[in-house]
This record gives sequence, C-alpha cells and structure tokens, in this order.
Amino acid sequence: MSNIETAAPQTHPLVKGEVGPGCAKTDPIVIADSVTRQFGGLKAVDVAHLEIPRGKITALIGPNGAGKTTMFNLLTGFDKPNTGTWEFNGKSLAGVPAFKVARAGMVRTFQLTKSLGRLSVLQNMLLGATGQKGEGLFTSLIKPLWRAQEEENTARADDLLARFKLDAKREDYAASLSGGQRKLLEMARALMSKPELIMLDEPMAGVNPALTQSLLGHIKNLKEDGTSVLFVEHDMHMVMHISDWVVVMAEGRVVAEGPPENVMKDPAVIDAYLGAHHDTDLGDLMEDGPNPVIEAERKAHEAHPEAETAGYGVSTTPAATDADDEEK
Amino acid sequence: MDWGNIFGNAVGEIISPTTAAYALAAIGLGVHFGYTGLLNFGQAAFLLIGAYAFAIPTLAGAPIIVAVLCAIACSVIFAFILGIPTLRLRADYLAIVTIASAEVVRFIVTTTGLTDFTGAANGLSGFKGTFAAINPIPAGTYGFGPFTYNEYDWWVRIVGWTLVVLASVLVWLLMRSPWGRVVKGIREDEDAVRSLGKNVYSYKMQALVIGGGLGSIAGIIFILPRAVQPANYTTGLTFFIWTIMLLGGAATIFGPIIGSMIFWVVLSLTQGILYGAIESGALGFLSTTQAGQIRFILVGVALMLLVIFRPQGIFGNKKELSFSV
Amino acid sequence: MIAGIRIGRGVRLITMLMAVLALCLGVVLGSGALSASASTTPVPTPTPTSDFTNTLSIGGILRDGDTLVEGAEITVAGAGGFSEVATTDDTGRWSVVVPEKGDYTVTLDPESLPDGVALRDPDKSEASVSADEWQTNTLTRSFPLGEDTRQTTGFFEQFLQRLVAGLNFGLLIALAAIGITLIFGTTGLNNFAHGEMVTFGAIVAWLVAVIAGLNIFLAMVIAVVLGGVFGYLNDWLLWKPLRRKGVKLVQAMIVSIGLAIALRYLYLFFIGGETKNMNVGLSDTVVLGPVRITTGSIFSMALSIVVLVLVGLFLTRTRIGKATRAVSDNPSLAAASGIDVDRIIRIVWVLSGSLAALAGVMLALYRQVSWDMGFQVLLLMFAAVTLGGLGSAYGALVGSIVVGLFVELSTLFIPPDLKYAAALVVLIVVLLVRPQGILGRKERIG
Repeated sequence: MSNIETAAPQTHPLVKGEVGPGCAKTDPIVIADSVTRQFGGLKAVDVAHLEIPRGKITALIGPNGAGKTTMFNLLTGFDKPNTGTWEFNGKSLAGVPAFKVARAGMVRTFQLTKSLGRLSVLQNMLLGATGQKGEGLFTSLIKPLWRAQEEENTARADDLLARFKLDAKREDYAASLSGGQRKLLEMARALMSKPELIMLDEPMAGVNPALTQSLLGHIKNLKEDGTSVLFVEHDMHMVMHISDWVVVMAEGRVVAEGPPENVMKDPAVIDAYLGAHHDTDLGDLMEDGPNPVIEAERKAHEAHPEAETAGYGVSTTPAATDADDEEK
Repeated sequence: MDWGNIFGNAVGEIISPTTAAYALAAIGLGVHFGYTGLLNFGQAAFLLIGAYAFAIPTLAGAPIIVAVLCAIACSVIFAFILGIPTLRLRADYLAIVTIASAEVVRFIVTTTGLTDFTGAANGLSGFKGTFAAINPIPAGTYGFGPFTYNEYDWWVRIVGWTLVVLASVLVWLLMRSPWGRVVKGIREDEDAVRSLGKNVYSYKMQALVIGGGLGSIAGIIFILPRAVQPANYTTGLTFFIWTIMLLGGAATIFGPIIGSMIFWVVLSLTQGILYGAIESGALGFLSTTQAGQIRFILVGVALMLLVIFRPQGIFGNKKELSFSV
Repeated sequence: MIAGIRIGRGVRLITMLMAVLALCLGVVLGSGALSASASTTPVPTPTPTSDFTNTLSIGGILRDGDTLVEGAEITVAGAGGFSEVATTDDTGRWSVVVPEKGDYTVTLDPESLPDGVALRDPDKSEASVSADEWQTNTLTRSFPLGEDTRQTTGFFEQFLQRLVAGLNFGLLIALAAIGITLIFGTTGLNNFAHGEMVTFGAIVAWLVAVIAGLNIFLAMVIAVVLGGVFGYLNDWLLWKPLRRKGVKLVQAMIVSIGLAIALRYLYLFFIGGETKNMNVGLSDTVVLGPVRITTGSIFSMALSIVVLVLVGLFLTRTRIGKATRAVSDNPSLAAASGIDVDRIIRIVWVLSGSLAALAGVMLALYRQVSWDMGFQVLLLMFAAVTLGGLGSAYGALVGSIVVGLFVELSTLFIPPDLKYAAALVVLIVVLLVRPQGILGRKERIG
C-alpha cells in the first residue's frame, strides 16, 4: 500500500504528462468535459474531464451504480446530460442525436442485447451497413439502384459472420440464437458500419464461458484492425487480460485511471469497490470460483474448434435470460 | 330461407367496393403495425380525411385529380400532426393519441358550426359526378349471377381493386428493400436501429405517412358507392380494420386483401342467415336490428379469439408475425 | 405432451370466453325480462321501445341546461304528406313514429317553448333526417336551447357554473380512471374494455332504480357490488388465463378491444339504441350564490370525494394497498418479497370494477343511460390517465380534474359539441410539452 502512496508521479506512453484521473492523452479519440446527468436527487454522472485513447482497448469499470452505462448513453446520444460537452475526432457531439453519433463512427452495443428477433441473422447484419442507397424511400422502389451495393454488403456480412462463426445461422431468425450468439451478432452488426470507436456495454454478461474466449479474441482483433474500443465490464480478469487502459468510475466520478496492472492497486479504486478491505487482491474478490477467462482458454485448447458452437442452445446464465425477458 | 340469395349476396361481397376500401385501409395499417410496429388506433381518421378532402373540393367544383391530390395531401399533413408529438414517445402513447385524434376529427366534421362545409351530422352527398364522368364503360348492366352491376358499380369496383393491387405492389417493393429492412428493425427494437445510424424518427414518420395515405385513398373508395356520413368513422371502423389486418396476417402482402374478403363474406352470410331465420320464424324473438347487432358481437369475439389463438393471422408465419411487445 | 397442454389451455380459454359472454347474456337477458314487465308498472315512458317492436321513430329530449322542457311542440314532416306533431312530456321527451326509412324534416315551434327558454340559435328550429341515416330504428334530433338564460348571466357566473360542472365531471372520470391506472400499473394492460365496465354499472342502476322502481341508493349499492363481481370475473375468466399463457401486452390490449366491442353490442342488443332517462328524483335545482346545481350533482361530488379519499387511504395505509403500489413499481421484486401478485391483481380488478360501476351510476344521473356511454368517456379517461402520467393514481386524479374542467370550461369559448374534442387536443398538446404526463417520472433509458 504505502509504496503506491509515496511513489513518484507516474508516466505512461499513452499519457501526456502525469497519469491520474482525467489525465490528457497523447492521441485521444474522445474528449469529454464536465458531463453531468442527474436523476431526481441522484447525480448519476459527474465527470470533470475524460479522454479515451485512440487505437487502444479501454476498459470502463466501477461498482454497480457508478454511472458507467449512463455515461455510455450520454456519449452516444441515447440520453441527454444536464451539462457537458464532448468531442469525437475533434468534432463536438454534444446534443447530437444517437443516429448521427453512430454515423460519425462511434457505434455502441447494449448491456441487454438488442438483436432484432424477427429478422434473420443476415438481415440483422445488413442493417448495420451505412450509406445504403436502398434505404431511401423512393430509391428503395427501384432495385437496380441498390442491387450492387446490397451484394457488396452481403459479401462483407458473410465475411464477418464467418469470422464470428455465425455463418451456419445466416438464414435463422435472430430470436433463435443463444444469448452468447446474440452478443456476437450485435458486435458483428456494429462492425458492419466500420466504426472508428466501438463501445461495448458488458460484452461478456451472460455469455457462456465457452464463448468468452472467442469474444475476447474478436475484441483484440478489432484493435489490430485499427478500431478503438471502449468497453464496460465487471469481470476484472477480462479487464486485466485485454485492456490497454482502465478508467475507474465510482458514484458518477472518474476516480482513477491507468494501465490495468497499476490501476488495480490504486487505493482510490480499492476504496470504491471494497471500502475497508484494503489488503485483498481485487481480482480474487470480484470473482469467486474458477477464473472464467483462464477456464475458457483452457477449454478452447482442449476442445475441437467446432466445440465452441456445440453448447449454444441453452447456454445463457439466469441473468441473461431475465434480461432477455425484459426486452421489449 | 332463400339460400341462393343469401349466398349470392355473400359472394358479391368478395369484389364489393367496400371490401376493396377496407382491404386498402388494412394494407395501410399493415405498413404501420405489421411492418413498423406503430400502434395506430386512428386509421378511421385517415379514411375520414380522405372522404371529406375528396368530397368537399368536388362539391366546390374541383376536377377529380385535384380532389384526389387534396385528399392525399390532407392525409400527409394529418400524419405529420399525429407523428410529430408522438413518434418520439413510448408506443402506447401513440395508441392513445391516434385514437383521440380520430375522435377529434370526427367531432370537428360533425360540429354544427361547420355545417356549410361538412354538412355536420348529415354528412355530404352528390359528389359522384366527376368520378362517373370519367367512366369509360357505356351505360348498361353487365355481368352474371351475383356479379351483375350497372356501369357505375363496375367502374367503382374496377378502380377500387386496381388501387388495391397497386398498393400491394408498392408495399411489396418497399418491404423487400433495405428501406423495409430498416422499418422491420424498428418494429423489433428501435434503439438498436438508432445505434446503427438510422434516423428512426424519420422512418417512422415515412411509414405513418404511407400507411395513412393508403388509408385516405381507401376513404375515397369507401364513399364512392355511398354518401359521406360522419357516423361511419367511429373507432368501430378502426377496430374492424384491425380485425381484418390481423385476420389475414399483419405483415403479409395478401393478408389484408383476403382478410377483408373473409370479413365481409362472413358478415354478409351471418346477416343473411339471421334475417332468413327471423323471417321464417325460427328466431322470431329477434328483430332484424338485433340481428345486425349480433354480427358485431361476433366481430368482437372473433377479434379476441384471433389475437389469443392465431396472432399471426391466416397467412402469417408463426415465428415472424407473433406479437413482439 | 406440450401440445396436449396447449390444446387443453385453448379449450379452457374458449370455455371461459363463452362463460363471460353467457354471463353477460344472462345478466342482460334478465334485463329484457325486466323491461318487459316494466310496461305493466306505471312508469311514465311513452317512448316506444322501437328496437324490440321494429317500428321506426324519430325522437329526442328537449332540455335547457339541466332543466327538462315540457309542453314544446315538434312537427315531423315527410314524403307523401306525412306530418305529425309531438309534445314533450314532463321528462322532456318527444317521439314520432314514422312509416318508412325516408327523408324527414323536424321542426320545433319556438312559440310553444315555456317563458324564458328559447333556441340558442333562432335559425336552427329545423333539422332534417335523411334516408341513409336509418341504420338503427330510432333517430334522435336535438334542439340546443338556452340563449335566453345565457344572455342574462354574466361571464363570471357562467364561468363558475362551468367550473362546478367541470369539477363534478372530473371527479366522475377520476373514479373510473383510477381503475384504469391501477390495472395498467399492476399488469401493464391498457384496458379498452374499461368503458364497458362503466356502462355496466349504469345499466344495473337503471334496471334496479327505473325498471324495478327501487330506491336509487339501493340501486347504487347493487351496481357497485355487481361491478366488483364483474371486475373479478374479467380477471378470473379472461386476464388471468391470458397472463398464464404469456400473452404479450399489445396482444392483450387488442383482446380488450375485442371484449369492448362484444360487450358494447351485447348491451345494445338487450337495452336498445335509445338513451334511457334516469329520472329518479335527484334533479331538483339548488341555487348556491351564482351557481345553479342539482341535488344529484351535489350528492355525486360529495360521494366521489369521499370514495377517492378512501381509495387514497387504502393505497397508502393498508397492507394490501401498499402491496398494490409495490406490484405497480416492480412486479418481480414484489413477488420475490413474498407478495402474492395474482391476489393483488385480483383485488385491483374488483376495486376497478366497483369504482367504474359507481362512476357509471353517477354518469347516468349526470347524463342518461345509453349502450355506448362508457365508450364515450373511455377516451377522456385515457386522456386523464395519460395526462397524469401512466400508472400513477394521483396523476389519474389530477389528470381527470384537468380533463373535466377543460371539457366544461371550453364550452365558454367553443361550440358545446366540440367540448370532448377540446379535452383530447389538450392531451396531445401536453404530450408535446411534457411527454411523461403532469406527474409522471422521466424514464431511464438503456
């Protein structure tokens, strides 16, 4: 403990100056300033300054009710803040409606998966493509105007579906997919729009451990393709495993940020999560039982590649099923 | 009982202009509810607007093309008035606002203050001239058996059913396109569609306008064989159109047409049989007025049974067309 | 196995639907019997029950505000030299039996009106009936009266008069609207058949008080009790099985529309299309300062307030009431904390049925009894509930009063036949400005 409190000011290649909550980045893709959102008497989000690095995987963590999802909703235009400005790629997005945020290249997924149940998997994918000529009311009536583009999009969708191992389900209704497959579909669909920043809200929640490994792989691949990733997650091991940068929120504020190996030791973070139990390693406390990431990796090595799809049918955790039931 | 006459009347309903008008209105409602998921409980208002916006200019001496364009323009304006406040809100608000607006427009055309324009409770008549004038069919009676009509009745039927076919083709073209994919996505989950960069509000508005426009054309067809009567445009009319749409299948191309035919044939049959039974003394304790009311009781029960046991309708695909909310 | 259960459920549902209808039939058939016996009792209703005898008639009720006008002469003239004069009776009623479904002219003789009463618009002493209007056997024509009294009273007096009437009407709507909002809160259902629960109460009261000739207060009690039973049966026979079946909300809403249509035409089938007068001796006029008000209205306002306070106490003070609010907030959480959600929903249905029936009785006193009276106010109830914020009981009360006041006060500025339209326009405007309703909470998205 004491070694951190007395440590010299930290630096990091991603950071301009000193590492700390709200620190400036060398190459930020999102810059937010004094964003607040109030629900009745509760200040759900109160972020003074936050920058998200470009081309990296950034995790947004924090205890329940820390304001992570609300922050997501605000940044993507799904909710309106009481105050605040933020810019994406140097372009102000404050007050911009959600669909324009998505068009600007900042695409999100949802905590409760929003697959479009009564559309086929392929139709779900095609919906993700941007700039479609056939989506205009009048152009839609004349097929030759949009046939070529549709074929192009279909080819790209098939490509992505194959990468996400959903190609066998291409013609099925999305409603027939398992919870984990829907998460995959939602992510693949978001990728159809070739986003610059993809924002994943709890991508692992309710996903079968057998699938987590492939999801992790996809997220890492995104970075390699040059997409920036911001994700909300509760699973600390996953955060440690794949993120380049971690932002910690508690009670609406950014209380700490830093590279994953350091941030877990930050007393502010430990306070936020645990109150008094300072001596415990966070990762152990957050997760009882076997570590799912390591488990999944082990299983993936042991099993045949196609075994990943074997357990889909009834794979979701109770939490995920509840969530699905609540969807409109 | 004169079974020949009863069946003749029932068969005649298959191609009657009323059946065509209801089919057209149900096609429009299908665009709203079946494909886009909009809970429009005010389709009667679009028929009303079509009827009045056609009849009033015609009575003022406008040529038929102007009257038709006026009907369509008014329905577009009405769709905007309905849509602007409600399409951002939860689905059940649209339901309540549409049903309320439909009543508002009915109250407005019925008010005595506007008698000079709308005829108040007496409605309007005498607007068939411009439509009859462009009838290419020479005067006379044509057809066979139950399908024997004069030149005007044939002309209404031909125009009505041609419009039904055109509307079906339009909806088919729209729904196979990426545009249709977006509105179906909105039906499933509008936030998801919004997160993919589609202007959900604009698509919902477009769907509302298209379905409402089809409703207003249905309104014109509906009045061509009769007079404009404000009492015809109660919420009951809307619910009959819903029954027809759900009967055939909400998101199908042929559903509204077949649904309308079945609806009117069954109504005509039950009326014929009940009247026949009353005349022959088998149901002597009923009056013919009550027999008419029994049919509407049956419509209500049929609507309940249909929605509970076969929500996808006769033609619908169970998986795609069951209710999502 | 699964299919077997499905079919079993299906059959059960059908039997239940049939049972509901059979019950309604039973209840209203009873009414038919009663109305048949009514002709032997000395009830002054000269109006032919045309829907039963199949004669055609044109008629109406002549009233000046709340006062029924007696002795006015109305002439109905038609093709072939048909002409007949009717005189309004002590209930303001007049009726002319006509030979065929043809065109007629109906003329009110202004000279025959009592002193101090005149046509609101002197040019409107004539109304016409056209042949294609004959969809029922009875047509009504009304002659708006009362300009004389209007000119003598100042704007302020009129305003007060309308204010009181609006409060009264708002309280009536509130009684029924609280049921709608409780059902919506606990089950998520927008019950379009709620208007028919209101009509049910009115018809029961009419049968007991007018046809059977019993005391109106006894009639009210019977109507409220039977209304509760009706609500219970609604839930037990239809909505509970549908909840078990996992029927979705939009589906349930359309089922309620089907139920509303079936019930409404059942009422029409048995009581006929003409409006029934609830002349039970509560129409004495009391003058309170500038306001003229009937004893019935005073009674109905007082009772509404008492009942609304009781409902409020029930919801906030009793265990069941608190459980009801818990279920409204979060049904699964309530179930998890040991509340029997099905029982609460049952209680809510019984309560809503009783309140709707009570509202129906008072509406019958305030206006008349007709087969579609509940449906006519259904939209105002929905408007009230939506204005107050869906699912909030206090919101329903506030929304109802706003709607009631608006309906009545709007008549100071716009023609009275547009007063319902005005209230519905307000609904739309409020939704534009404050989508969550007056007292509703903003929802958290995502």
